[in-house]
Amino acid sequence: MSASALAAQLFTGLVLGGLFVLLAIGLSLIFGLLTVVNFAHGSLYMLGAYFGFFLLGLTGSFWVALALAPLMVGVFGLLVERFLVRRLYGRSIDDPLLLTFGLSLVLVEAVKLVWGKVGLTLDPPRELGAAVNLGFMTFPVYRLFVIAVTALVLLALWLFLERTNVGLVIRAGSRDPLMVRALGIDLGRIWLVVFGIGTGLAGLAGILAGPMRGVYAEMGVTIVIESFVVVVVGGMGSLVGAIVAGVLIGEVVSLTTFVAPKLAEIMVFVVMALVLLVRPSGLFGEAGLLE
Amino acid sequence: MDRRAFLGTATAAAAALAFPAVLRAQTRDPVKIGFPIPLTGPFGAIAEDMQRGATLAMEQVNARGGVLGRKLEVLFRDDQLKPAVGAQRTKELIENDRVQFVVGGIAAHVQMAINEQTKKAGVLFISVSQSDEISAKPDTSPITFHEALNPTITGRAMAAWAVQNLGKRWWIVYADYAWGKQNNAVFSDIIKKHGGTVLESTPYPLGNPEFSAHLPKIQAARPEVLLSVAPGADSVAFLKQAISFGLKKDVKLVQPLHILPYNRQGGAELFSDVYGATSFYWELEDTIPQAKSFVEAFRKRFNTVPDAYGSYGYSGIHEVARGVAVAKSLDSEAVAKALRANPTYSHYKSKQWWRACDNKAFQDLWITRGRPASAVRGDWGLLEIIARIPANEELDRTCAEKGHA
Repeated sequence: MSASALAAQLFTGLVLGGLFVLLAIGLSLIFGLLTVVNFAHGSLYMLGAYFGFFLLGLTGSFWVALALAPLMVGVFGLLVERFLVRRLYGRSIDDPLLLTFGLSLVLVEAVKLVWGKVGLTLDPPRELGAAVNLGFMTFPVYRLFVIAVTALVLLALWLFLERTNVGLVIRAGSRDPLMVRALGIDLGRIWLVVFGIGTGLAGLAGILAGPMRGVYAEMGVTIVIESFVVVVVGGMGSLVGAIVAGVLIGEVVSLTTFVAPKLAEIMVFVVMALVLLVRPSGLFGEAGLLE
Repeated sequence: MDRRAFLGTATAAAAALAFPAVLRAQTRDPVKIGFPIPLTGPFGAIAEDMQRGATLAMEQVNARGGVLGRKLEVLFRDDQLKPAVGAQRTKELIENDRVQFVVGGIAAHVQMAINEQTKKAGVLFISVSQSDEISAKPDTSPITFHEALNPTITGRAMAAWAVQNLGKRWWIVYADYAWGKQNNAVFSDIIKKHGGTVLESTPYPLGNPEFSAHLPKIQAARPEVLLSVAPGADSVAFLKQAISFGLKKDVKLVQPLHILPYNRQGGAELFSDVYGATSFYWELEDTIPQAKSFVEAFRKRFNTVPDAYGSYGYSGIHEVARGVAVAKSLDSEAVAKALRANPTYSHYKSKQWWRACDNKAFQDLWITRGRPASAVRGDWGLLEIIARIPANEELDRTCAEKGHA
């Protein structure tokens, strides 16, 4: 393996990891605070891409679509929390899991009823359509853009959680919900907000992924599994864990594909098993959240 | 159900049980054909096309008076692209709905599960799925027919044409399951036979449309031809990513099959100059009279054009009707014998025939290339026909190679 080939492969893996991070962060955020395993995350990702297609057709601008589609998915997420998931708080962790799993199936078929069974095309904007020579490889500009957006979103999320009052309550609520309630804070509203943010992030990942992977009803089916792996490796509920594990999994996929493509898929699960053997609650996870 | 309705149903059921033969003879029941097909799931678009083709064939047969004076009825069931569901639906079709014949199955592995059930029940099955196994031992049977092309035929035809016309240095990316592996093997073999080289074959997990990790290596290797064996939406994702990494500039892109709904999904720009093969493309209406009447009838009925799988479904239903008419019987073995004894047919394009030893259909196929966006004809005129590969039994494995004595 030459140095430039290795650099190309590492860089590709980093960018690939970015998409995992974006999806895993939303999942982890929702799980950390609500202990809801949101199986509909993949379908919300898909919904983000379809809303993006719809908005692009309506406004003619990718940028407007990119800004509004995650908001639409987030609002949809608010409705899901308010009218479906909320009824199941306090029950076993399986109940919301089954609910969201069912919801994901409904969404896939509903999207086909509205937009048809044939997938759609979502093109990146002209200015991002080219490929650029990085010296060690030719790389699509659009993927560089995706990694930049991911970094910005992570920064914004960090500032929100660390520097605002709502963020303070969210952090406190994930650590000790009972105590936060005792302080007279309406946690129900906080949960609503967090669910909205988490699903909005899934929508953002969806519209970003559309121009790379195509837009079709089943686009969320495999990526939601990979995202769960990332969340489990990073530690359920840990945001730092989601970032580190997302990049780690991206690199594992990229390097294994280079050396032995047949093993790329299985290696993801091998890494998960190894991490869980050494640290049962994931790299940055706290024990006990799943009980 | 209230008591009266229950009594009524029970009485009717008792009567039916007591006099089944009498009832069947007196009422002119329709001839029923079961049609398991993945209406939901990632192959939904292909299934929709196929359902239309089969529906049109049924309506045409009925419009000319049905078969043996009885109407034809096709019962579509969703196999959800899962072998277990396909088997269950087929069993229900045979045991509860009392279908006399089965046509259908799109994914190779589901089609095998359907075939297990039809074999067990002694029901004639015409498979319309791309599969090598279905007409070979141990899966084949005297009442199992295979209407579609298979990976061996498509791969040999496409590979031989492409290695002579597009370039000698190849790279193959294939989906790591039956159809992908078969194509990889056939293409590699033919490329070498024609003096070409396969720099590397890299598998990817089916249904996981992320190819970026493959692409830096392909960039560095500089092949002349890049073959992607990726079904459905994966094929669109592969092209998007390969092209975004700048590969279209100096590499010829090839797929084993062009399936029009996915060309539409990816768009003209994506598929322009991408090569593939197909058993049918609607623009054949310009040159083949039978294709013209098929496409016109299809367009009139569904306001869109048929594609390869729609025409397989159409031909499959017409073949059952023809077999029944020739055999003058609804008995599966009699119909199978009649088809083998009268092997030549042509329902929608050029002449086809059944090979007697393995019940495999032989038919023309065509090499197509994506048109540039500026040359697209209407909504669906995304391809242009580059070459016709005439039907030829030598493109498939011989019956001896397939385990037939």
